[in-house]
Amino acid sequence: MRFSFLNVMRQALSHNEGWPEQWRSPEPKAAYDAVIVGGGGHGLATAYYLAREHGLTRVAVLEKGWLGGGNTGRNTTILRSNYLWEESAALYEHALKLWEGLSRDLNYNVMYSARGVMMLAHNVHDVQVVKRHVHANRLAGVDNEWLTPGEAKAFCPLLNISPAIRYPIVGAALQRRGGTARHDAVAWGYARAASARGVDIIQNCEMTAIRRDASGAVSGVETTRGAIAAKTVGVVAAGHTSVVMAMAGVRMPLESYPLQALVSEPVKPMMPCVVMSNIIHAYMSQSDKGEMVIGAGTDAYNSYSQTGGLHIAEHTLEAICELFPAVRRLRMLRNWGGVVDVTPDRSPIIGRTPVPGLYVNCGWGTGGFKATPGSGHVFAHTIARGEPHPLAAPFALDRFRAGRLIDEAAAAAVAH
Amino acid sequence: MLLIPCPWCALERPEIEFRHGGEAHVVRPPDPAAVSDAAGTEFLYFRSNPKGLYAERWRHVSGCGRFFNVLRDTVSDRILAAYKPGEPQPEVAREVGP
Repeated sequence: MRFSFLNVMRQALSHNEGWPEQWRSPEPKAAYDAVIVGGGGHGLATAYYLAREHGLTRVAVLEKGWLGGGNTGRNTTILRSNYLWEESAALYEHALKLWEGLSRDLNYNVMYSARGVMMLAHNVHDVQVVKRHVHANRLAGVDNEWLTPGEAKAFCPLLNISPAIRYPIVGAALQRRGGTARHDAVAWGYARAASARGVDIIQNCEMTAIRRDASGAVSGVETTRGAIAAKTVGVVAAGHTSVVMAMAGVRMPLESYPLQALVSEPVKPMMPCVVMSNIIHAYMSQSDKGEMVIGAGTDAYNSYSQTGGLHIAEHTLEAICELFPAVRRLRMLRNWGGVVDVTPDRSPIIGRTPVPGLYVNCGWGTGGFKATPGSGHVFAHTIARGEPHPLAAPFALDRFRAGRLIDEAAAAAVAH
Repeated sequence: MLLIPCPWCALERPEIEFRHGGEAHVVRPPDPAAVSDAAGTEFLYFRSNPKGLYAERWRHVSGCGRFFNVLRDTVSDRILAAYKPGEPQPEVAREVGP
């Protein structure tokens, strides 16, 4: 059933008891044209675009837990496209353009809110780097503008622009089209739209092995719910990519780190935008529920524990309290962690692998949520055609051998 | 926060006294000019990133300043052994994560 004014009215009159399940939960079939491993936002988006753009409907998405239960449901929901290098800016801008029409496209409200993403500069070096970002973005056709401390304060009245603080705000970059979206709705919306086009979404189904034929090509997968034959397998397993790819004997240039976030008790609307600070590593926005959503950094060591160290969160909260004195007395409600897969150049890996039929989309590190639609769109193209989408081509696994790194390590807005 | 045993100081100290040094036993090729592209890429960028037993380097920056190796379970984050560089990796029973 479509979401429309008429249907919402009709269901309201019957106590909203008539809404059907949003996606089917079928038993896995014996064979599919393509199997996507990982039912997070990126995996579900891949399946959706495979069905919509490339006509592949014999597709299964395997999820070992529940949809969006991993990093899709654990991130701080920030969207932006103001990356430094042309390759990155093009990829993330592709995603941001898809975000702008996504609710209509999926007929599901993903609550995209272009409330603006502001990045603070605290010293001379920051100013140089951030201005370089602004200029690079404008040349690449991505909106980004430089604000003085006064202009930043006018856009975000909560900011403390006193010159007397430890890291005074000396300027900021603002991407007005950046903002937030509801993370769960992204997973659910893609799942619903993909399922409606015939994609089988199979939860509680963990892949245990990748089967290969005599020539070495992929012939299927084994799962906790039986074997599935498929000549094409796309791995979109985020923090567990190294573990999954090891099933096919492929080593990856990845390390998995815990990344944590926390939310405060809900308060009335007071934070109109997203504010990020690279140098003191803090970012904050307010959810529609009223909670202050705060992102901290990764731990120093790699781990699959899904919990970050308390001193990492403390470091971020010290910065938050200084930048936003008004939130100092708020109590924190929840603190959680996710496992993020980080590449040496902090750019994702999208494309073919040394194993024929096996594709990988990983390495989104600490900032994958914003790319969800673009990532799924270019990865679906890559899988369906067997050759990389033009926007994905620079992000091939082979770039590490070729030395063509896309080094967003220092250039990305947050320190990783 | 981890409690890390420094084998040089013979003390268990909080993680903030240490810097993580990445995966242990990654050997720099003795003659970098003679290394193939594949082996060079492997040395520079590819890591085992295991879910389970992991050998890593730490440096006690706020203590003795020296590097050492640690065996840790990457699911439970429990440290199972610490040993000095050059010593063989100790045999430990693999911890089962929570």
